[in-house]
Amino acid sequence: MIEIQNISKSFEDKQIIHNISGIFEKGKTNLIIGASGTGKSVLLKSIVGLIQPDTGTVFYDGRNFTDADKEMKAEIRREIGMLFQGGALFDSKSVEQNVMFPLNILTKMSPTEKIDRVNFCLKRVGLENVNNKMPSEISGGMKKRVGIARAIVNNPNYLFCDEPNSGLDPQTSILIDELIKEITDDFEITTIVVTHDMNSVMGIGEKILFLFQGQKLWEGSKEEIMYSGVEELDNFVFTNKVMQSLKKK
Amino acid sequence: MKGFGRYMIFLGSLVVRRESLGTYYKLVLEECILVGVKSLFLFALVSTFIGAVTTVQTAYNLVSPLVPNYIISNVVREMTILELAPTIMALIFAGKVGSSMSGNLGTMRITEQIDALEVMGINATSYLVLPKIIASILMYPMLVIFSGACALGGGYLVGTLTGIISPTDYIYGLRYAFNEYTVTFALTKALVFGFLISSISCFKGYYTKGGAFEVGVASTEAVTTSVMAVLIADYLLAQLLL
Ligand SMILES: Nc1ncnc2c1ncn2[C@@H]1O[C@H](COP(=O)(O)OP(=O)(O)OP(=O)(O)O)[C@@H](O)[C@H]1O
Ligand SMILES: [Mg+2]
Repeated sequence: MIEIQNISKSFEDKQIIHNISGIFEKGKTNLIIGASGTGKSVLLKSIVGLIQPDTGTVFYDGRNFTDADKEMKAEIRREIGMLFQGGALFDSKSVEQNVMFPLNILTKMSPTEKIDRVNFCLKRVGLENVNNKMPSEISGGMKKRVGIARAIVNNPNYLFCDEPNSGLDPQTSILIDELIKEITDDFEITTIVVTHDMNSVMGIGEKILFLFQGQKLWEGSKEEIMYSGVEELDNFVFTNKVMQSLKKK
Repeated sequence: MKGFGRYMIFLGSLVVRRESLGTYYKLVLEECILVGVKSLFLFALVSTFIGAVTTVQTAYNLVSPLVPNYIISNVVREMTILELAPTIMALIFAGKVGSSMSGNLGTMRITEQIDALEVMGINATSYLVLPKIIASILMYPMLVIFSGACALGGGYLVGTLTGIISPTDYIYGLRYAFNEYTVTFALTKALVFGFLISSISCFKGYYTKGGAFEVGVASTEAVTTSVMAVLIADYLLAQLLL
């Protein structure tokens, strides 16, 4: 479980995130949704500590991450896996080296243990026989999968995904979403997914936090999202025709 | 001025929270190959030609029966050691190695690879940048020695093949009135330039924001700024040490 309290962040004199609090539950896929430019990525980066928030505190299972000392931070970081918007694979390293990288840095496993673990994770995301390919030689969807494999290789307790299916076709998007959901269920981890894709919301949104211009306007589940009564959320949800026709019923 | 302050902070962040020494050893080795070994061809080519051309032009300017022939190679030696090898080559080094360092880091920044390292708890500055700077400080002086040798060799080849100067005169000129301090001076310059070029280029690349266009801008700025820094440092060092 991850809890955030009163997170705010400004860049120069423009406030991007306004005093957001919330709880992201363990074993669930927690979604942060909102239109482009509302600060979803900034919020996610504040939670993992890539951005230092101006105010507010982040707790990982009760452990204060924001004010933690070096050792504590390192310990929590070891339990974090993150998938970036573009995959963020190291392009000078092969697929196998990419996935193995966190193990090299964070663990003292033997080479054979590492290889086994890497192959297990690659298989888990449905990739085989690509170990020696370079990131430039594989497709966008495959990069995302390699990114997921790298994020889960060190058995994280917390998984963060920034727009896991941006730039993918609808079918592949669903596969990636389901993969994230399965991994969350299998390993009982706390997963936070940033997305603006309504398909993902209706597919895997167990707990949803809606951001609008840097403020949290609503939270709930995918079952409740149609009946929120929040105008901004309705505008976001019912943008496409199919959803609009659903609303009329 | 604000940029200079940020550069100093950047340098400070290099030395905190380091990974294990073993990790660095491997990274530095890889960088040495990139920075040093892969520059050999270009350095050999450029310095041999500059050495050859300097010889021909010095000879052209010294047509006087009063000046002995060995003065030609003597002048070539002084120019090579004091300026051509350490300084002119630094400009080439900035163009080749500096721009590639900056482009490399800039791309890693905009594709979030640097964020990915940070999430894993790695101090990306010291992990990515420190090996590059150490490799440059180690390799650039060696490249300077190498280009010095190439330049003198190029001068020898052209000078003797075209009959401007006899082999004995050329060698005599090289050894005539030799002051070892010029070599110390050249290597001191090489150390400083190696550090300046790599750290400035990494700094420019590391803080790239935006997209592919900005990566290109950062690389250009990296070369411009390091060339200016090299020229200013060249002047200051000459004032201080000569
Ligand atoms: N490092 C930064 N410096 C200054 N402004 C920033 C920085 N990062 C983000 N912003 C600003 O914060 C705002 C929110 O950006 P953010 O990337 O969080 O949007 P987002 O909700 O993730 O959008 P998208 O769905 O397009 O990814 C934008 O207006 C952006 O310009
Ligand atoms: Mg974003």
